[in-house]
This record gives sequence, C-alpha cells and structure tokens, in this order.
Amino acid sequence: MNRFFISFLYKTGGLFTREMNGVLNMALILTVDDSASMRQMVAFTLKGAGYDVVEAEDGQKALAASKTKKFDLVITDVNMPVMDGITFIRHLRAEANYKFTPILMLTTESSADKKSEGKSAGATGWIVKPFNPDQLLAVVKKVIG
Amino acid sequence: MSIDMEQFHQVFFEESFEGLDIMETGLLNLDNGEADDEEINTIFRAAHSIKGGSGTFGFQSIADFTHIMETLLDEVRDGIRELTHDGINVLLKSVDCLRMMMTAESDGGDIDDSEVKTNFDALQNILGSSDSPSDNSTAEVADTTSDVPSAWKISFSPHKNFMQFGNDPARIIKELATMGQLTGHVDTKNVPDFVDLNPENMFLSWDMELKGNVTKEQIDDVFSWVEDESDISITALSKNKEKTQNTAKKSQDTKIKAAASQAPVKSAAADKKEKSAPANSSIRVGINKIDDLINMVGELVITQSMLSMLGEDFNMTRLEKLQEGLIQLDRHTRELQESVMQIRMVPISFTFSRFPRMVRDLSEKLDKKIQLVMHGENTELDKTVIEKIGDPLVHLVRNSIDHGIEMPEDRIAAGKPETGTIQLNAFHRGGNIVIEITDDGKGIDKDVIYNKGVEKGLVEAGSKLSDQQIYDLLFNPGFSTATEITDVSGRGVGMDVVKKNIMSLGGAIETHSVKGQGSIFSIRLPLTLAILDGQSVTVGADNYIIPLVSIVESVQPKKEQLNMVAGKGETYKLRDEYLPILRICDLFNIPDAKADKLEDGLLVVVEADGKHFGVFVDDLLGQQQVVIKSLESNYKRIEGISGATILGDGSVALILDVPGLIRMSD
Repeated sequence: MNRFFISFLYKTGGLFTREMNGVLNMALILTVDDSASMRQMVAFTLKGAGYDVVEAEDGQKALAASKTKKFDLVITDVNMPVMDGITFIRHLRAEANYKFTPILMLTTESSADKKSEGKSAGATGWIVKPFNPDQLLAVVKKVIG
Repeated sequence: MSIDMEQFHQVFFEESFEGLDIMETGLLNLDNGEADDEEINTIFRAAHSIKGGSGTFGFQSIADFTHIMETLLDEVRDGIRELTHDGINVLLKSVDCLRMMMTAESDGGDIDDSEVKTNFDALQNILGSSDSPSDNSTAEVADTTSDVPSAWKISFSPHKNFMQFGNDPARIIKELATMGQLTGHVDTKNVPDFVDLNPENMFLSWDMELKGNVTKEQIDDVFSWVEDESDISITALSKNKEKTQNTAKKSQDTKIKAAASQAPVKSAAADKKEKSAPANSSIRVGINKIDDLINMVGELVITQSMLSMLGEDFNMTRLEKLQEGLIQLDRHTRELQESVMQIRMVPISFTFSRFPRMVRDLSEKLDKKIQLVMHGENTELDKTVIEKIGDPLVHLVRNSIDHGIEMPEDRIAAGKPETGTIQLNAFHRGGNIVIEITDDGKGIDKDVIYNKGVEKGLVEAGSKLSDQQIYDLLFNPGFSTATEITDVSGRGVGMDVVKKNIMSLGGAIETHSVKGQGSIFSIRLPLTLAILDGQSVTVGADNYIIPLVSIVESVQPKKEQLNMVAGKGETYKLRDEYLPILRICDLFNIPDAKADKLEDGLLVVVEADGKHFGVFVDDLLGQQQVVIKSLESNYKRIEGISGATILGDGSVALILDVPGLIRMSD
C-alpha cells in the first residue's frame, strides 16, 4: 500500500491537482517573480480563489514552463535576473500558443515608459506594486473571469 | 477574501537580507572599480525587490527609505549620475540602516528613527532634491473636484491587432456596465466578407452611453491598458446639476479617507511590540536535495515492503533473499542518512560574505591598504558550525588587519607591495573542513611572544618551547602583544575565546608564521556535529565510543615499556615518546574491569592539544558511525563525557570527551 502511494507521489511529483485540472476546469495561471515572497503571495492568493498556479523565478524558467502547458493567464514581474519581464513577454507573445493569452506585468514602475515598453512587447496590462491580495484578485477576475 | 500576509513575512525577510548582502557586495565591487553595468543592475534589482516587497507586506517605512535609494541607483544605472567614493559610503551606510530596520521588523526591536533620518537626508542630499515621496495627497483632492456629468458618451474603436495583446473587448464593456447604466450599439460596417475575414483581427467598434455617477478618471482607468491599441473618445453628455454639492461631499470623503489611512499605521506599530518573539530559523534547501531524499525514501519503502513480504512466509530456503534484502536496507539507510545530513549543509560563503565590507571599513579606519582574496566559498559545512564559526573568524581577520598587515610606508620600506593581502581559504581535507586565514604582513615575532609569556608568568624563564607552543601562548586569556590598545583588536580578550569556540565545535586551530613574511591561522573543523565516526571500546561491562578523529593508533602494551614516574603516574614509552596513561576504569570507577594489568588490555593513543596520551581499555570492538545524543539535555553534564549514543543492540554507549579526560586526570 505504502509502496504504491509513494511511487504514485513520486511519479506525479506530488501534484495531483494537475491531474484533476482537466476535470475541474480551473484556469491555469503562471506567476513569474524572482522574489520568493511575492511569488508565494500571488500563488497563495490565486490558489485560494480556486485557480491553479505554477511559479517560475525568472523569464527563462517561465518560458520553459510555458512550453510544457498552456496557461490561461501569465503574471510577470519586470525586474528579474537572467531574463527580465519585458524580454520574457516579447518571447512569449511570439509563441503561437500565446498569441491571445492575457499577460499582466507586476511592477513597482508606475512610470509611463516602463508600461509602454511592456505594452509594445505585448503585455495586456499591468498591476502596480504594492498591491494587496484583493486588488490582485479583482484584476485577475476582470481578465479571465 | 482576507489573507494573512504575515505568513509571507519570514520569506520576505530572508530574501531581503539576502538582497542587502547582494547590494553590499555590489557596492564594494563598485568601489574597487571592478564593476560593470550588470553589477549596478544587480544592486538596483535588489533594492527594487526590497521596495516592492516591503510595500506589499506592509512595511511602509522600509519602502519609503528604499524608494530614495532606488531613485539614486536608477540615476546611476541610466548614466545620469556618477557614483563617487563618498556616494558609495552613503549607500553602504544606508544598507546598514535598512538592515537595522529589517531586523527591528523581523525580531520585534525598535527602529532608530534618528539613524533613519540621518541616512535619508544624506541620500536626499546626493539627489539634491527636496521632493518628499508623500506629496501626492493634494493631487488626489484636486482629482475629486473635476466635473462629474450625469452621462458620458464613449466611442470605442479597437485597432485591428487589438486581440493580439491578450485583450478582450467584452471584458471592457462588462466592466463599464458595472459602473452605471450602459447602452449603446456595435458598429459592424468594417467587417469584411467572410472569405476575407481573419478571425485574429478586430473589425468591430462601439458607441456607448454610460449613465451614472462616474468620473472621467474611472472610465479612463477601464481603458488604461488599451489606450495604444484603440481609438477612444469620452465626452460628457450633460452637466450634473448637483455638481457643487457633490464636490463638497467628495472632498469630505477624502478627508475621512485620509484620517482612516493614518489609523492603521498606529495599530501596526502596536502590533510590532507584541510580536517580540523572533521567528523560527529556517534553512534554504536546493530542490535537488529534497528530490534525492524523496527518491531515497521511496527506495526504502520498497525494501521494507519486500522484507515484510518475505517475513510473512519465511523458510530457510529464502535465507539468501533475506540477507540480500538486509544489505539493501543497510545501503538505503546509509544513503538516506547522508542525504539528510546534506540538507543541513550550507556553503561557507554565508560567513565569508561579511568580510569584504569589514576589511574595507577597517583598512580605511587604520589607513592601511588591504585587499581580500577568498577561495572555496562554496565549501559546505553544517549550519550549526557555520553559525558558530562566524565570530572566531571575524576576530582572526581583524587581528590580521590590525597586527599582521603593516602600514603602507613600512611595507614599501620592507620591499613589499604597498597593498597587503589577506586570504581566506576553505577546503576539504580528510574528513574535515579547513579554513585558513593568511596574511602577508609582518608575521609573528616569536621572541616578543616568548618574553611576554615569561613576563605574564605563563612560561618559566629559560624553558625551551617549540614554535607551536609559543604560538599557542597567543590563545591564552589576557595575552596581548600590542603596545597600544586600539579599538580594532588588542585588548587580549578574544583569542582565547576564539580557541574555545573552535574547540567546542570539535575543531582545532594551528598557527604558522614566518617573521617578515606573514602568518597563517589554520582552523580544522568536523563536517558535522550530529554524527561522529567512532571506535567502540569496552571497559568492564560497558561500551564507550572514542571519536576517531582524536585517535592516532592503538597498541598492545609491552611490560618492558611501562614506567612509573613519581608524582606523574604511569607512562608508556612508544617509540621516542613517553605517553601518560589514562585508565578509564579508574577515572570512572568501574569495578569489574577485565584487564587489571596493562599488558592484558589495549592502549588507544589519542591526541589532544598537540599532545599524545594513552587511553587504557579492555578491548577494541569496531569502528562505526554513531548519532550523538546530548547527555546534558537528557540527563546531566558529566566530566569526561561529551554525549551518548544508542548502539545497534539498543544499549547506550557513552562518547568519551578526550580533552575532558585529560583535564580530569590532571
């Protein structure tokens, strides 16, 4: 009994929610941020609201994740090591699978040039830090219902 | 939905402290002129993350403070501003200040407001501007006085590529509908014939009328994301008759809001006082280590189920299978143990990272020129060892800076490069970690130390001491050779504490020095404190464990090599050395020791404090890894015993504390 449970856990990486995803039809959200606390906060908030969330810590890892599954919404930080948010958005938008997917920037930069830079890279919109979980949920609900 | 943000605080603090370290390292590199654009980017990113996080998690004072640092760094990043040496000093002080604020928030201490103010002003000074970040309240009030008509005419025509940004016109229209009474019609005149229709493009536009108490800003807000991908015109249809009244009410609202927004600040301060208990310490573990562990547990469970199946229906024909299973179990247990130990291992860079700053600050203070070179920062050590080795290392490095490295003019006179070098090396040797602190300074003058030792009564005048024995005098309490006491080091307290701390970790320190060329302090530490390689021995009916690291060899004593020295007890002549003999049975009053005469038992030669001793036991059993259980927390402290362990047969064996035994026999 134990043995099967463990091997099951091992094979699925402990993520049964992913298996149930098709059944419950939860929206799948990718959150990208180099700061673990922000990432956890976003993921926790969204999971609490019934969304399924995958976390990535920089643009490159997020891009790799985007190829393994199809996300319904992508929320990304802008300032990140390895690959920054703007570059990530540009690459992601170029993918056939993500031509119409909403992509939100999560940024402290409320200045116009960062926003327009993000927009021209293909971002749908932005959420300005600092924000609280309720504000985040309101925006996410607005975008993917 | 309310979410307890406090659950993220621990992670936030951890990454922020890490961010501060990154900023500090980056700033030091900038100061050394080793920096490139990526360096300043890294510093900026760290400040930026701290600012974003502190705002989100409710640490407004930290967010405000970081904001001004970020502004300065942003200007440097964009090439608008050159960062001077003084500027770096201010930024480094600001990093310290942020660390203080962060520590106060995480451990429940108080923030030194004057310190914050000083640093804030210094940063402000560099920026040369006086705009305070909390100046936007007037703008908000101004907003509310704008005209509020009772209806708006909105024409909305998205561009062809509208949907390729993940936009959805329905979302916008739905949102408008929540704000008031929305009517309107869709214009389809641009929709082409079906054969020409590209479903990825947008051909529709809308004319809408929105009735209700809605400001233009609110409508602008709805369209804010799509301004560039659509033509939008918003015009007022009719003025609100109650405009003035409305405006008055609005500004009153704002006042109430402003008052309300001050209240949480006070309660937050009160909250802080309550949570004075520091958070549990946590450890960051690479995902691969956890994966290894899960893998190992999986294997263990499989072996376990195999064995239990075998046990249900066992006969002697399956003995071979049982033995095979037990070997497997043994291997998996050992691997699991190693993996678990791996989790506690952290790179020594956690300790090393504080030194660049320290060396910079001290050398500036003492007007010396010193460069710091570090090697082996990724060498891993047990977390407890890392935590405890920090202070001794700081002391040794300070010592090298203060007493080792000479003033630049003295160095030039001695034909050395003007800039002195301090090296920190960490590496594995045998089952130990070795940390070396090397300086190319003036070295240790043995004669000075010897004379000082005589003067302090630590050495008998005229007695002959080996180099190591002379150097060991440095670690005596109250020993200081500095003619003048500086506030860097030289009070003579410390070196003895250094040695004591290292010994308490089961390690040792050695000194090598060549006069005029420099010194090396070499610290040897065990990899971990939780598990020990031991030799089990028997005395009477009891088992004891002697740590393998302190054993030199084991010999069967011969009668002709035993001596009795008056007043000093028994000695054993091993090759050219006379070893004092410690009888365990006498030290612990064990009545039924099997070997009464020395030639009936065995002598385990151990080393402690650079000296050799013979520990007399009945018999040697075998070598094994033992898990150390504290005797102090489970029973009480016993002289000569460092802990206990549980053996395979369930019995308890005491672990001998070799230096303690020697003290007992004195």
